[in-house]
Amino acid sequence: MTADRKLRLLVGKVGLDGHDRGAKIIARAFRDAGFEVIYTGLHQTPEMVVATAIQEDVDAVSLSILSGAHNYLFPRVIELLRERGAPDIAVFGGGIIPEEDVPGLKAAGVLEIFTPGTSTEDVIAWVRAHVAPRALG
Amino acid sequence: MSANGKPPAGRKPTRQAWERETLAESLRKSPERDVAFTTVSDLPIERLYTSDDLAGGWSEGEKLGYPGEFPYTRGIHPTMYRGRLWTMRQFAGFGSAADTNARFRYLLEHGQTGLSTAFDLPTLMGRDSDDALARGEVGKEGVAVDTLEDMEILFSGIPLDRVSTSMTINAPAAVVFCMYLAVAERQGVPFAKLSGTLQNDILKEYIAQKEWIYPPRPSMRIITDLMAFCAREVPLWNTISISGYHIREAGSTAVQELAFTLADGIAYVEAGRAAGLDVDAFAPRLSYFFNSHNDFFEEIAKLRAARRIWAHVMRDRFGAKSPRSWMMRFHTQTAGCSLTAQQPLNNVARVTIQALAAVLGGTQSLHTDSFDEALALPTEQAVTVALRTQQVIAEESGVTNTVDPLGGSYFVEALTDKIERDALAYIARIDEMGGMIAAIERGFPQKEIADASYHYQRQVDRGEKSIVGVNKHAVENGRRLDILKIDDEVERAQLLRLAAVRTRRDGAKLARDLARLRRAAESGENLIPPMLDCVRDYGSVQEISQALVPVFGTYREVSVL
Repeated sequence: MTADRKLRLLVGKVGLDGHDRGAKIIARAFRDAGFEVIYTGLHQTPEMVVATAIQEDVDAVSLSILSGAHNYLFPRVIELLRERGAPDIAVFGGGIIPEEDVPGLKAAGVLEIFTPGTSTEDVIAWVRAHVAPRALG
Repeated sequence: MSANGKPPAGRKPTRQAWERETLAESLRKSPERDVAFTTVSDLPIERLYTSDDLAGGWSEGEKLGYPGEFPYTRGIHPTMYRGRLWTMRQFAGFGSAADTNARFRYLLEHGQTGLSTAFDLPTLMGRDSDDALARGEVGKEGVAVDTLEDMEILFSGIPLDRVSTSMTINAPAAVVFCMYLAVAERQGVPFAKLSGTLQNDILKEYIAQKEWIYPPRPSMRIITDLMAFCAREVPLWNTISISGYHIREAGSTAVQELAFTLADGIAYVEAGRAAGLDVDAFAPRLSYFFNSHNDFFEEIAKLRAARRIWAHVMRDRFGAKSPRSWMMRFHTQTAGCSLTAQQPLNNVARVTIQALAAVLGGTQSLHTDSFDEALALPTEQAVTVALRTQQVIAEESGVTNTVDPLGGSYFVEALTDKIERDALAYIARIDEMGGMIAAIERGFPQKEIADASYHYQRQVDRGEKSIVGVNKHAVENGRRLDILKIDDEVERAQLLRLAAVRTRRDGAKLARDLARLRRAAESGENLIPPMLDCVRDYGSVQEISQALVPVFGTYREVSVL
């Protein structure tokens, strides 16, 4: 049984965007909520994030993007997870993301997008409801 | 009885009597609201301030002085806005250099008096548009600049001797500044006539904004080279805009913003002196850049305290002789992080309060944020409202009629003193660690800011701090707005232009320039003249930045959560 194990979440900053206030807050809130958290630090490429996610056996990848490059970076991470045989790692995220971009990102496989003003409690509740520990093969 | 609001006959109006009689009765009838009376940064605020709060040696002569005189608490000019209004300087930059050039001309036509350039993330990180990490980010958050050609387009038709230009760039600041010099050369404008500001504040990058190339110590070498070069050749240029703005945006308190920014300023002055420069030769060209957040009086007090601390630091700690070295000049920008995506028009009200605080705090220039910036880069309409907000304050509100209208307010003076004391305590801790560079290397300011921002977020989540439209007075579907979208075509066109420049330029000559730049880095010779040669020969931001990496190394952050 793996259902009782703690969720392992990767909090990632992809691209050149240095705005890490939100990423750090959410990483800390996840940790305080009892999840295991791996924070990538800044300036990661999608390849680096995906490699870390697989190596660390995480259940979900959460990306914080405030640079406007979300329409490229989210789909790229999902594509790489699929290519590397980990399509079951959930991807969600947040940042300055216009509402009209959200349907496209969801169609690309992003599970949820949280925009500014979301409380950390709401994000944690969502994670509990939607992210399950992966069965590790 | 004091039901009629007058002290009873025969007693003098003292604070004790007021508390015992008038206040106690009022509290019995209607208690105060059940909220914490604290600033947005969590400083406790008393019910009432009186002259008692200024006791303990508070002297007007020592704490305030007169406007234009030490310690400049009341402002750096004797007449302040009666003489000249602040510079209305809206930060702009997006898409291609031609797009931004058009926005610049629009703002100049509408009464803006200075230019302010936002560069895109790849440029800020010293990467070219065709670098792998730049994918999806070219022209998104600012204008893409790869080579001199982009800067020529950016300032086309704008005579550089007649505008003052602020450039918000740090890690590759020297390279982009050299490009600006080269554009001036091509326009026939002598360097001595150029005025403007380079942000060039690398220390706050390690603390807050996180756009770096080299480790702190070699980065400081580039900055002192630039200070030395400008002191000789570009005397009207502000070489560093020591920035608290990003520290605050990263989630610091007002006191942390002030303390860490001043500690950065101290580190630059120390570096300049260690490089053999006379403090009065470069200190007058240092300027500051602060955030103006929602808490009106906290911001005003912070700005007044900032001037007073800096005046003492420069005169007493560094022995500067020139009053121009003692005077803190600063730019202010309203707090982007305070804007909400929900009910975005509410942001016009926030920006007005913040801008008013900046003006009452005595700013030299001001950027007002646009109401749609929590959603995307601002549209032209939103930028215009932001500029008009400044014009209403300047031309209708009457706050410009007298110097430092809040001077002598018991509350404002007590808060100014409190913020000054708390900031000085932080600066003393940083001094004990060996200065700001050592403090950064051990993650001290980074950790303090992360703690403060987490604390604030928890308060917001619990409803202890209010954000109208978000955790108070929220509505569904409150974020409909037309926003500015940057077409992905910008990236494609930029890549083509860069490729064309690479084919056209004299590659062999550039290679020699880059080798000479690297030798200068090794020998300790001033880097700016050889860097200028690289730029003239159309070396790119990334090529020039990377030429120094073998000598200077690269920086990797140890992340603190």
